[in-house]
Order: sequence, then C-alpha cells, then structure tokens
Amino acid sequence: MVKKNKVWELLDQISDPEIPVLTIRDLGILRDVEITEEKVVVTITPTYSGCPAMTTIEDDISALFIKEGIQDFDINLVLSPAWTTDWMSEEGRVKLREYGIAPPENEIDKSVLFAEPPVISCPKCNSEDTRMVSQFGSTACKAHYQCNKCLEPFDYFKCLK
Amino acid sequence: MNSLFEYLIRLGDDSLILGHRMSEWCGHGPILEEDIAMTNISLDLIGQATNLLKYAGEVEGKGRDEDELAFLRFDRDYKNVLLVEQPNGDFGMTMMRQFLFDAYRKPLFEALVNSSDEQLSAIAVKSLKETKYHLKHSAEWVIRLGDGTEESKQRVQESLDTIWRYTDELFFTDDIEKELLENGMSADLEEIKVAWMETVNQVLSEATLNIPDHGWQHDGGRRGMHSEHLGYILAELQYMQRAYPGMEW
Repeated sequence: MVKKNKVWELLDQISDPEIPVLTIRDLGILRDVEITEEKVVVTITPTYSGCPAMTTIEDDISALFIKEGIQDFDINLVLSPAWTTDWMSEEGRVKLREYGIAPPENEIDKSVLFAEPPVISCPKCNSEDTRMVSQFGSTACKAHYQCNKCLEPFDYFKCLK
Repeated sequence: MNSLFEYLIRLGDDSLILGHRMSEWCGHGPILEEDIAMTNISLDLIGQATNLLKYAGEVEGKGRDEDELAFLRFDRDYKNVLLVEQPNGDFGMTMMRQFLFDAYRKPLFEALVNSSDEQLSAIAVKSLKETKYHLKHSAEWVIRLGDGTEESKQRVQESLDTIWRYTDELFFTDDIEKELLENGMSADLEEIKVAWMETVNQVLSEATLNIPDHGWQHDGGRRGMHSEHLGYILAELQYMQRAYPGMEW
C-alpha cells in the first residue's frame, strides 16, 4: 500500500480550479488522508455550501490517483467542522497576495449594517487607501475592491468564520 | 411519516426555490455588481439546498438523492413557504422578499446550530456564515431604497404591502415541528419570530417604511398547497430531467 506522506505529497499537485495558485492543502480544503488496509481515504470540505469547485476537485483527485496507480480510494466530503479562512496556511496567504488577491483579514462583526468594511491593502501597490466595490465578487469566497491610489481593481478573499 | 425527512424537505425547498428565483436575475441585474451579488446568493442557497436535500434522501432511506428530490417531485410534494416562490418583480421587490426571508433564516440557523441532530447542526453552522452576508446585503438595500428617493420609497413600500401577507407562514407550526422540537432537533419558531420581528422593525423603521395593517395572511406551502407561480418554476427547473431522464453533464 502507498505511504501516507506520499499521498499528501501527491495531493499537493491539486490546486483550486478558481484560484490555481493555491493547492487544496494551502486553502485548508484538504482535511485528512487515511490509509487503511484496503484503500486510501481522502477527506475534503467545501469553503461555501454551493462551492462549484468541489466536484472538479474530486475529479482531479480521482484522475491523479488513477494515473499514479492508486485504484482503491474514497473521497469523503464533510461539512463539519465548518471551514474557516483561519485554515488557510501562511504560505497560502503569501501566494494569494503575490497572485493579486488580497488575503483574508480578521473582521469584527460582519452582520453590522453599513459597517465600515475592513481596511484591505492593495496587492499591487500596498496602499491602504482602497474601497470595497461589492461584498460579492467573482466567486462566493471573494469580495470586490478597488485601490484608490493605483486604481487597480482587485479581489479580496473575504473572511469567513 | 418520517418527521425529520419532512422537516429537511421544508428547509431544503425554501433554499432551492428562492435560489432558483434569485438565479433568474443572472444577466438582468440593475448593475453588474448586483448581478454578481444575486447570483452569488443564489449559489449559496442552492448549495444549502443540496446539503439539506441530500441529507433528507439519506434519512428517508429509499435511495433518492438530492437531484432526484430537486428535479423529480410533483408540485404538491414541495414544502417551501409561499414567500419564496413569489415573482421577482423589480429589484426592490426582490430585495424586500430576500430581507424578510434572511431575517428569519439567520435566527433559525443560529438555533439549529444546537440541534440534537449532528448533520443538521453541521449544515446550520455552514449555512449561518453565508446567511449573515445575505442579511446584511438585503437589509442595506431595503434601507437605501426605503429611505431613498420618492419613487424608490413608493415602489419598495408597495412591494412590502404585496408580500407581507406571506410572512406569517414562515412560523407555521404543526405536529412535525412540535415533535422535532421535543426531540431537540428543530428550532422554537415562536422564539425565531421574536428575533425576526425585532430585525424587521429595526430595518423597516430605518428605511422609513410602514408595516401594512391588513391582517390577512396566506399559508399552504408547508402542506404542499402552492400559488400558481410554483408550477412555472418547476416547469423550468425540471424540464431537462423530464425530457432527458437521467441526463448528466
């Protein structure tokens, strides 16, 4: 049977289809790998309930395993414990920023109406003079911002807790 | 009858039908950002429906999965409240309907986090995070439009007058609700109603809008008795699976 650390290593080839710069491990979507006598069991969890990337990620894992000669495996999708942006690795946050997406910042209470949005620095010029254009961005996990200094429009990976 | 199955169908159908309604805005939003916001919310709702209906299928134990439950039931078997199947109307109407629903969903999921049913609790934890964003979005729009221009205020007040009569049904209680409440699985709708009323009063007063004083309230959705609108939704929703049974892509 294949070794556990070998499987983790293999799974580092799987990236999020929407944010290809991050692996599923960086994002915290990959929760666990177990090796039993019969098979490899991989556990993943979605970022948002309706995240359309989950099916693609399952398919990518299956394709990789088959290519690597791992025939007997299960991919479990679990909801609990619920994913939070705290699970994103430090390395993932750095990669995200380099890619042009501002990583999540701690937000106090997102249910306060008309609350000032968190100060997010521009991933291009680092200015903190930015504004939120919309709380809902190109995917469920992102908000849409614009830098007032360099005018760059950018995605902000919003805080989910 | 399996009470938990029935309860999950109610929650799941609310999400499914409202998610479908919101998706009708795709490509028709008043501005690009709102088009994206509404489709994002739609996606969250359909995701929640997937989780709830999938679990309902498992609880039922007859081999029906979430797709079969979403696409292959008849209208009387859908148990969503009438509010969520009402037509989108203008943007203000859509935001008002969404607000009245979100203000109910947030305290509901907060309570279901403590459900004695582990999987329902897990779904609630996940859904609550998303619902907070939805409520903030819809409440802010209700305030902007209500406390906006003369025309926006008049139109959104008319929307409120039109759909207020569907709000009481959100708190519809029958033996199924009571049985699950006794088992610690569901939420106490009387408490949810207090929380809902508080949010509604606060936001509508900031929006300078008035709760209509007509007392008439509709119900029927939870018993499978729907308005005409659901038929049209199902015709669109189910077309592919009816025309090409078992198709996938």
